[in-house]
Amino acid sequence: MRRIFEKAVKWLLTASGFVTSIVILLIIGFLFTEGAGLFKEKVIEEGYVLALNRENNVKELTAAQIKAIFDEDVTNWKEFGGPDMRIEPFRLEDADKLFTEEELGGQYENAGSLIASLIEAHPGMVAFVPESMIPKGANLNFIEDRSISPKEVFAGSEWFPTATPAPLFGMWPLLAGTLWVSLFAILFALPFGISIAVYMSEVASERVRGFLKPVIELLNGIPSVVYGFFGLIVIVPLLQQVFGLPVGESGLAGSIVLAIMALPTIVTVAEDAMRSCPRSLREASLALGATQWQTVYRVVIPSSMSGIASGVVLGIGRAVGETMAVLMVTGNAAAVPSSILEPLRTIPATIAAELGEAPAGGAHYQSLFLLGVILFFITFFINLCVEYISSRNKAKNS
Amino acid sequence: MNKIEAIDVNFYYGDFHALKGISMEIPQNKVVAFIGPSGCGKSTFLRLFNRMNDLIPGSRLQGRILIDGQDIYAPGGMEVDELRKNVGMVFQRPNPFPKSIFDNVAYGLRVNGIKDKEFIRQRVEESLRGAALWDEVKDKLNSSAYALSGGQQQRLCIARAMAISPSVLLMDEPASALDPISTAKVEELICELRNQVTIVIVTHNMQQASRVSDKTAFFYMGEMIEYDDTKVIFTNPHKEATQNYITGRFG
Ligand SMILES: Nc1ncnc2c1ncn2[C@@H]1O[C@H](COP(=O)(O)OP(=O)(O)OP(=O)(O)O)[C@@H](O)[C@H]1O
Ligand SMILES: [Mg+2]
Repeated sequence: MRRIFEKAVKWLLTASGFVTSIVILLIIGFLFTEGAGLFKEKVIEEGYVLALNRENNVKELTAAQIKAIFDEDVTNWKEFGGPDMRIEPFRLEDADKLFTEEELGGQYENAGSLIASLIEAHPGMVAFVPESMIPKGANLNFIEDRSISPKEVFAGSEWFPTATPAPLFGMWPLLAGTLWVSLFAILFALPFGISIAVYMSEVASERVRGFLKPVIELLNGIPSVVYGFFGLIVIVPLLQQVFGLPVGESGLAGSIVLAIMALPTIVTVAEDAMRSCPRSLREASLALGATQWQTVYRVVIPSSMSGIASGVVLGIGRAVGETMAVLMVTGNAAAVPSSILEPLRTIPATIAAELGEAPAGGAHYQSLFLLGVILFFITFFINLCVEYISSRNKAKNS
Repeated sequence: MNKIEAIDVNFYYGDFHALKGISMEIPQNKVVAFIGPSGCGKSTFLRLFNRMNDLIPGSRLQGRILIDGQDIYAPGGMEVDELRKNVGMVFQRPNPFPKSIFDNVAYGLRVNGIKDKEFIRQRVEESLRGAALWDEVKDKLNSSAYALSGGQQQRLCIARAMAISPSVLLMDEPASALDPISTAKVEELICELRNQVTIVIVTHNMQQASRVSDKTAFFYMGEMIEYDDTKVIFTNPHKEATQNYITGRFG
């Protein structure tokens, strides 16, 4: 009977282990396939074309160039190696202004030929219209459409996933935003975290420590929305006043909130590491006439360095992946930040904010998954660092 | 001349009365051994001489301990780190720092504010030679002290303690974790160091006590039962308890 029971438990544990691993692998696989789908998408929105006059010999445009044309930032074809002509962007909506309803027909059935002749009449015109509308055999040029290239995505510095006719998926601003916020968060959290850890492990009496430790661990359990809310009503206005900013929502506000959130991890892990520094080493140092502080920074901190380092890396891990609080206080401007006082946007915040409005299966949707893949690699790398540090620690202690 | 003088010392761990009215005098540049059954208070007494028990919360000392005629516990007297520079200690288990061999020996000099690199190098070499370790480690001064054997580590700890030239060296069972050859080396060392420093050594090994020490104190249940020349203690003790202990009839 006992035998059977033990067998069953063993079987159950194995099964649950397998199921968990498979689920995790499935999630990763899903993330990757969805993310990679972005590179199969076309630059120009699906089902649409950019039609040009016959005289216009421009063949290719990047997504950024298309956006510049329709935003009327660039006004001459010369810029793109075409003839010296003014650019006249045309969207389907413009048809309503140029033609009467009768001319277009109730079902827009005449719109195609009207637009085609319009383009033929205007040499500088570029029209963004559904492919199906263009009448067969129309005497027009078309911009060649290509797939979205990885270079545009990873090195592109503009993130406009909802721009028409060509959305921009430059992820660099988001990556930069994530790195900036995390970097500054660690810069703030590190000195405080280490000092609190030193205080708790070396200075505080047992009673103070017995009070502080649970309080700090409690900080870990506070939902991040609450931190975000705190940041929004306390830190953001404060920064706005202190630095005289037009808006207080900024990378700095994000880093401060993240620093507060990363603090408990850093403190707990670093403090544990310092307390596990053997008593015999402290005694050896004190017996040589070292003061308590000399002992702390010459023996305790160096010998618990790897523990402190894993605390810090774990803290960074939390900062990099944190979504809600950052979303609330960073201002969410998807531009490469030139200073930490500017609004910026991180990868997790972008995913959370945009996934709801991105049509499933579209390029925007897939680009968000690709962001997820990037985030996965960052945190994966960080975990590798923790593994490496703690394995080195083990090797050193044995 | 007396190097250390304990006057009616009582010591408490909280409510536990660990040392009961001990008075003794330790002469300069002599080796004094503390013997007695486990838990009788030898380590506790030894650690009073460099105020190592200060770290234990709830502990309390009555009585006075003088080193070179100065009360080391007098309020407003000597700083505790100054005292420990003068009173070195070697522990039961070798406890080198996770640093290089060189940095281990140089540690005491550095925390004392010595910056002169050449002086530190010289002092490290002298101390390692003094601890009969130089020839074994001179080619790997920069490798980790943890790479040494237990016996080598213990001699390194002795070199480390001696590097700051203390005038008293406290040793709490310095050879109990070592093999016979390393033990012999440590004992040899004690005999060589006796001209430079006053040594107080705790040991469970009767032969060791009789080999290395000039005087021996026998402790039992927190009391010092007998304190006399080592020869007298081991050949002709005055107390029966001492006689019983050294002949192995209890303990
Ligand atoms: N930190 C402490 N807190 C409370 N009691 C202690 C503490 N350290 C030692 N004691 C008690 O004081 C008594 C003397 O301890 P001590 O370590 O001095 O004995 P010892 O003679 O060195 O023994 P051993 O030969 O086993 O090392 C013991 O009964 C021990 O339980
Ligand atoms: Mg002891």
